[in-house]
Amino acid sequence: MNASVQTPVAAAPAVTAIGPAPMPAPSLAARLRPLAERVAPPLLTVLALVALWEFAAGGPGATLPPPSKVWADAGELITDPFFDRGGLDKGLFWHLLASLQRVAVGFTLSAVIGIATGLLIGTSTFAMRALDPLFQVLRTVPPLAWLPLSLAAFREAQPSAIFVIFITSVWPIIINTAVGVRNVPQDYRNVAAVIRLRGPAYWARIILPAAAPYIFTGLRIGVGLSWLAIIAAEMLIGGVGIGFFIWDAWNSSNLSDIIVALFYVGIVGFVLDRLMAVVGHLVTRGTATA
Amino acid sequence: MTANFLDISDVTVSFPKARVPVLNGIDLKIRRGEYVSVIGHSGCGKSTLLNVVAGLLEASGGGVVLDGKEISGPGPDRAVVFQNHSLLPWLTCYENIRLAVDQTLSRAMGKAERHEWTLHNLALVRMTHARDKRPAEISGGMKQRIGIGRALSMKPKVLLLDEPFGALDALTRAHLQDQVMSIHAELGTTVMMITHDVDEAVLLSDRIVMLTNGPNARIGEILEVELERPRDRLALVADPRFIAARAAVLEFLHHRHTAPGLAAA
Repeated sequence: MNASVQTPVAAAPAVTAIGPAPMPAPSLAARLRPLAERVAPPLLTVLALVALWEFAAGGPGATLPPPSKVWADAGELITDPFFDRGGLDKGLFWHLLASLQRVAVGFTLSAVIGIATGLLIGTSTFAMRALDPLFQVLRTVPPLAWLPLSLAAFREAQPSAIFVIFITSVWPIIINTAVGVRNVPQDYRNVAAVIRLRGPAYWARIILPAAAPYIFTGLRIGVGLSWLAIIAAEMLIGGVGIGFFIWDAWNSSNLSDIIVALFYVGIVGFVLDRLMAVVGHLVTRGTATA
Repeated sequence: MTANFLDISDVTVSFPKARVPVLNGIDLKIRRGEYVSVIGHSGCGKSTLLNVVAGLLEASGGGVVLDGKEISGPGPDRAVVFQNHSLLPWLTCYENIRLAVDQTLSRAMGKAERHEWTLHNLALVRMTHARDKRPAEISGGMKQRIGIGRALSMKPKVLLLDEPFGALDALTRAHLQDQVMSIHAELGTTVMMITHDVDEAVLLSDRIVMLTNGPNARIGEILEVELERPRDRLALVADPRFIAARAAVLEFLHHRHTAPGLAAA
């Protein structure tokens, strides 16, 4: 094994002597090139789409505003997301913040309950048989269908919205956690058995880390669904929040505001998803991608 | 006592749905410090036998006594080196061994001592340089060395090797076999090894246990390998006793108990 490592090292000087001269330090242009190769295609796509949009919505009979009009109407929303003139007349940052707070509470709740339930179902065949059919039916109920019941039960907007987020995002977390626990390789269980790892230590040192890649897949799907649900729920519930902002803009025919808000919603959703992926990668120490 | 340090007596294993047992009446006594290989065709139940000794599988009949105590369930006194290394991928090499050390020796050793003992076992399998690497970052041979290091770190009474070199290329395998031989010489560990490699069995073992084809496998023959240690693989190639032992095992496996698939054809 050592020999195979040493051979190329010993041969290295000879190779450099015959081969091409050592590479000079790459120039700035050479280093920026791979970056440009990655950034240019999506940038071009966006530019092309904006041009197409400008062209399509520029005519006299167009029902939607072209990008130039959006910029003219709602430029303030884009350039200053932080203004606050009291009431509901706030910058988009405050609306997004309010929505994100609801998501944070609802999603934390569903992460805790979802992982705990998933661990139970993954471990106990009885629990799986008892609960799985119920979950399979409930998880297909669209988020907004829960809203009337939730409003009737909580009688307040805030907890109802949080409940809708919870009930939307908890299913993928439960199901993925359960699958993760079921798929812990027998080898790891055998190792644990030989070193007599039992009880909480067995869960903390073997089952949770082994199931972590699955759990994070569930959390990532869950956070995406939470963001989908909150926008819809806020449209109906009202108050500060990006969903209600869109609904309010629709009622006052500010189509430009709606378009700007949509971009923000998309970007925040994207950031939430990437954030969850990065956290998963860090927590599972890279085994999530393996 | 020394004659039967590990006493496998009349072990029968049958699975609920099968009419015929997998293993039938296996009787095997292993001395302290002895290196015993179990060889047989695929599917003959070699690994089943090892799992019974490890306590991972319960025998339907018979029992296993180790150092005067009947075994029940798995435990660190019978450390297993699994065929596919079974390292935990989220732990580093050091942490994989440390977990076993912490778990099995925390009563006997303090924290600093356990750290030293972990490093000692890393050094024993020559893996000190990779202590902070994760299993995905090292080669198959290195993973198996960590697996062996982890097993030895539990201070087992008997080391159970389940086809430990089966998934490795020939050169790496030879290298690891030499390492296992030197570790066995140094520590005097009792070893039971499952293998299907005839050369490996003859080179490493004091005795080779040959199983007949399963199901209903029994011990067909036991061969004493009377070659003095330390053994040198190069010198042995031409040694008539090595050749004879090899021939005897091959004769058993390929003449009297042909591979099941071939016999049917």
